[in-house]
Amino acid sequence: MPPTHHEVVIIGSGPAGLTAAIYTARADLAPLVLEGEPSSDSDQPGGQLMLTTDVENFPGFPEGVMGPTLMTDMRAQAVRFGAKVETVKASRVDLASTPIGIWIGDPDAAEATHTADAVIISTGARSVMLGLEAEERLIGHGLSTCATCDGFFFRDQEIAVVGGGDSSLEEATFLTKFASKVTIVHRRDELRASKIMQNRAFENPKIEFAWNSVVDDVLGEEAVTGVRLRDTVTGDLRDLPVTGLFIAIGHRPNTDLFTGQLAMDDNGYLLTHPDRSTTDIPGVFACGDVQDHTYRQAITAAASGCMAAIDAERWLQSRHD
Amino acid sequence: MSGAISNLSETTFDEEIGSAAEPVLVDFWAEWCGPCKMVAPILEEIADEQAGALRIAKVNVDEAPELARRYQVMSIPTMILFRDGEPATQIVGAKGKAQLLEELTPHL
Repeated sequence: MPPTHHEVVIIGSGPAGLTAAIYTARADLAPLVLEGEPSSDSDQPGGQLMLTTDVENFPGFPEGVMGPTLMTDMRAQAVRFGAKVETVKASRVDLASTPIGIWIGDPDAAEATHTADAVIISTGARSVMLGLEAEERLIGHGLSTCATCDGFFFRDQEIAVVGGGDSSLEEATFLTKFASKVTIVHRRDELRASKIMQNRAFENPKIEFAWNSVVDDVLGEEAVTGVRLRDTVTGDLRDLPVTGLFIAIGHRPNTDLFTGQLAMDDNGYLLTHPDRSTTDIPGVFACGDVQDHTYRQAITAAASGCMAAIDAERWLQSRHD
Repeated sequence: MSGAISNLSETTFDEEIGSAAEPVLVDFWAEWCGPCKMVAPILEEIADEQAGALRIAKVNVDEAPELARRYQVMSIPTMILFRDGEPATQIVGAKGKAQLLEELTPHL
């Protein structure tokens, strides 16, 4: 089957991708959004906000808004103006060809599934796992990357959260609604989280801290029974009995698709030109967390999605002039 | 005919699962779970396409915590495939359609 051609293809459907879709759709560019496939730990339709509950800092919602609701509404807004959304993942891109080739399914297929004059990359970032053998066995059985999904199952139980950033403290605070005790495991003796989140955690009587500690192993055959902690100063091991372990140690950009084609920093984030969404390849734009390890907010992602849409529109226009 | 998706409660679960002629995929979910909402439309498609070969049912863990406990569901979405009333396989976490079918097919 010959590829279907589009003026703009957007890869990813978090706040950045959907804002880019709203703007390009309103510019009559009939964007195709490849929104990804459902997944609990990777790039998924709606992005990382699908794994949250209340979003309290998105302007325009004085009472807060549920993350999944916000994303469903953004999607509906894009569709209303003519964006097409497909629930698939891109398996390969050829950014150097003109038009740009995008494959769905078999990446070795001779012909691309879609071609595009401009591509907006908004594949976002995902949670980093610990990299322990026990993780695969115990995920869904006490080990989780989604406090809002799984906190409910730990009512009156003692659990642990790994990580010292904002998302870790947010998860820990949320989990105290259910758990009897939440221990935050952090590799240093001070947190990198914001002051407001730190204060909230320090004042919460259900939250304790295991300082200078890393998770050496997760214990339990059928379900989590504890975590083995290693002291980063003395090297001592100790076992902390918990029935749940939530992982919030940071994020990794979803950029495997672009390896060797686009410039990235040491951590794999795409490099865009200063104050722009443009990349080194004309017609390829990047927005949202995939190119931002500094702010990583829904509102900054949405704003950069708007930039990418306007940059793409102007670039397409310039080719006709 | 399209495959209807039934909601199972603590009182109807044993009867419905035990009496089913075809395998039943039970989706443990809740209103507040974003990934569950991502999976829901995919399960509807599968229910339609596999009507006769596979039935799909849902358990709301808020309304039926006892069922979640009985099958040690500690993360949602969790999907358990029952054959002849017994769990045959379990899928934890939201997955795309192709991946779901790949994991289910050997058990159908």
